[in-house]
Amino acid sequence: MTAPPDGWPEKAARVAVRLFWIGARSLSVIALLVAWEVLAKSGAFTPFQLPALSKVVERIWSDAVSGDLAINTGLTLYRALTGFLICAIGGVVIGMAMARNKIANWFFDPIVSIGFPMPKIAFLPVVILWLGVYDVSKITIIVIDAIFPVIAATVIGIQGVERELIWSARNMGANNRELLRQIILPAALPQILTGMQVSLPLCLIVAVVAEMLMGGYGLGGAMITASRFANSVGVFAGIVEIAVVGYVLVKAMAILRRRLLIWHQEAHDPTTA
Amino acid sequence: MKALIRYSPLLLIAIAWELSSRLGLVSQLALPPLSDVVAAWIEMIKDGELITNGGASIYRALAGLGLAIAIGGVLGIAMAWSKPINVLVAPIVEIFYPLPKSALIPVTVIWLGFGDGSKILLIFLGCMLPVTIGAFNGARSSEQVLVWSARSMGASRLRMLWDVVVPSAMPELLNGIRTALALSFILLVSSELIVAQKGFGYLIGSLGANGTYDAMYAVVLTVAFLGFAADRLYLLITKRTLAWREQNP
Repeated sequence: MTAPPDGWPEKAARVAVRLFWIGARSLSVIALLVAWEVLAKSGAFTPFQLPALSKVVERIWSDAVSGDLAINTGLTLYRALTGFLICAIGGVVIGMAMARNKIANWFFDPIVSIGFPMPKIAFLPVVILWLGVYDVSKITIIVIDAIFPVIAATVIGIQGVERELIWSARNMGANNRELLRQIILPAALPQILTGMQVSLPLCLIVAVVAEMLMGGYGLGGAMITASRFANSVGVFAGIVEIAVVGYVLVKAMAILRRRLLIWHQEAHDPTTA
Repeated sequence: MKALIRYSPLLLIAIAWELSSRLGLVSQLALPPLSDVVAAWIEMIKDGELITNGGASIYRALAGLGLAIAIGGVLGIAMAWSKPINVLVAPIVEIFYPLPKSALIPVTVIWLGFGDGSKILLIFLGCMLPVTIGAFNGARSSEQVLVWSARSMGASRLRMLWDVVVPSAMPELLNGIRTALALSFILLVSSELIVAQKGFGYLIGSLGANGTYDAMYAVVLTVAFLGFAADRLYLLITKRTLAWREQNP
């Protein structure tokens, strides 16, 4: 006699409300896609300016069947993610060195404070001049562009670790190595991950630009080839493909963050959407 | 003196650059001596090449960024202010936010051609969402206590928007604009490198194609410096704007 008899209608109502909001949310996306198709078909734009969504989907499908899509996506992902990996590891190592070592800090601090806000993409022609137009130069420019957020976040994260944590670890006999691995790095992890979350989309942006400028395979290269041949279906297909890749990468990173920080109180904050 | 010690690593790099090139450690083609680069820079200022192209670039960046701030800021605050707008717009923002904006370069060219219009549109599209999200997060987190007290003192909904929500959205909004500022330079230079008839990026590309590398380096360094200077100037302005806050983050 303890269970309230009206327990489940309430639950059902809550589920219905949630479903309603999910429906309302996907509504605008669907409306956008429909508007695209209708606008393109209405003749307000030439097919060159705005090819129909159905044509673009067809093109993506034929790319997928022929295997071009897999090759291009794979190459772009390979370049962006290799660059990101170097940024993630190199950025944390340099940031750690800067936070723990005076000489490293003396050397890198002005470079970071000047290099971070620079539009480093301007160095792309210089990198091409030095390293040619292949993967090495693409990955190099990605690293040059995307490593700074990781370095800066690592430095800030480590500097922000509570002194009490370090003192108590020292007091309990932790040596430098243990201190770094068990106390400082985990405590700085939220900041470091934020830096990486800034860095990852940058890697993709720069990978696409580098591919566009240097041509060849890859999603950016395929787009620039399509645009040279005035093939606007190909250009729009490229945007959709790159958008999907970007969306998946950013979401994957957010999920990774939630997993890695499961112990942290932010995981229970409803605000970190 | 303190600044000299702080920035001495940059001086060391500059000296290493000059020496390695002059002594033939690296090819002068790949790395022209810094002094040659400076000479080429002065030359280009004199004949006006750098200033005309720079002016075109700066105009594009400012126009695109201005539009992005105006429309993005209003959109973000509106999203925080009204649930229907939020439900309508948020999914679209969420889909387009992770899109690597450089993918839009060919489309803006298809729509608006090789001139100013396509660059301004690209910068506007690329920079709008960081501003929107900054404004949204800022406006959403305006303190409930402030909102309640304003309401209990009889402020109208609009008045509250202006007096409470907008000021408390300011810090995050300004942060979003800073991200947008950096992005605008990236998009400007990359779109000009890929397709343009004037501007910094165009100049870099054409000088590189001609093999006049000392001039190319001069332009690259100019763009890099401008990006840095714009960020510093922006920080200075931000500090002033937020001086009313108890504590600057």
